[in-house]
Amino acid sequence: MNALRRNVLKGAAGAGTVAVAVAAGLLKPTQALAAAPRSAFEAKSVGDVLKNMGASAPADSKSITIKAPDIAENGAVVPVEVTSGIAGTSMIAIIAEKNATPLVADFNLSGGAQGYVSTRIKMGQTSLIRAVVTAGGKSYTAAKEVKVTIGGCGG
Amino acid sequence: MAEPMRIRATMAGDVADVKVLMNHPMETGLRKDAKTGQLVPAHYITEVNATVNGAKVLEAGMSGGVSKNPYLGFKVKGVKAGDKVVVSWADNKGDKNTAEATIG
Repeated sequence: MNALRRNVLKGAAGAGTVAVAVAAGLLKPTQALAAAPRSAFEAKSVGDVLKNMGASAPADSKSITIKAPDIAENGAVVPVEVTSGIAGTSMIAIIAEKNATPLVADFNLSGGAQGYVSTRIKMGQTSLIRAVVTAGGKSYTAAKEVKVTIGGCGG
Repeated sequence: MAEPMRIRATMAGDVADVKVLMNHPMETGLRKDAKTGQLVPAHYITEVNATVNGAKVLEAGMSGGVSKNPYLGFKVKGVKAGDKVVVSWADNKGDKNTAEATIG
């Protein structure tokens, strides 16, 4: 009787371990989803961001259009729209060069997604907004200056 | 914590225009509380995924540099009215949310 009880407990503990392993396994894919590693988001300079993204020397391109205001009154909400005319655009990243962590967001496009993203970002101070586009394994970039009158990153 | 998201998808020619609004504080972890002077802990969306009829179209990574209540707009070609768009996000505290819309 007692032995059976032990076995039942052991079985329960075993099942528990499997469940934990499955949960741990499930967590991994979510963390590996974004192509730019989290280290790129934590980088403190534009050079480090590009290095971490694996796009250290992007070529300037006139086919990338950045639509953002010339002067943003409120740095907490700066609308930014990036359109890439480069065929086969697979990634668009938005970088606010003088932010504490310059990489704001990256977008990996697949399926029928067009080379276009639109979002709203925070800017600590007047700086260049840089778009980095990957197409066919190559990196391209363009930048636009946005003047900020009230920063959106401070307290 | 996960508050509702708003999503809209409309056809413009042969391209679907998808617009998403996510409710999220997007705290960078660098901002100080005006009253206490303490840093407000980081709490922001780290990833956003979008699919059309189950096929992945967009996979985004974000930092605290995206504005509060993030707006995201993107365009998808080769889809038709009636297709289902699903957008989901996850944040650095493990919160997540999903919203879906039918392209109209």
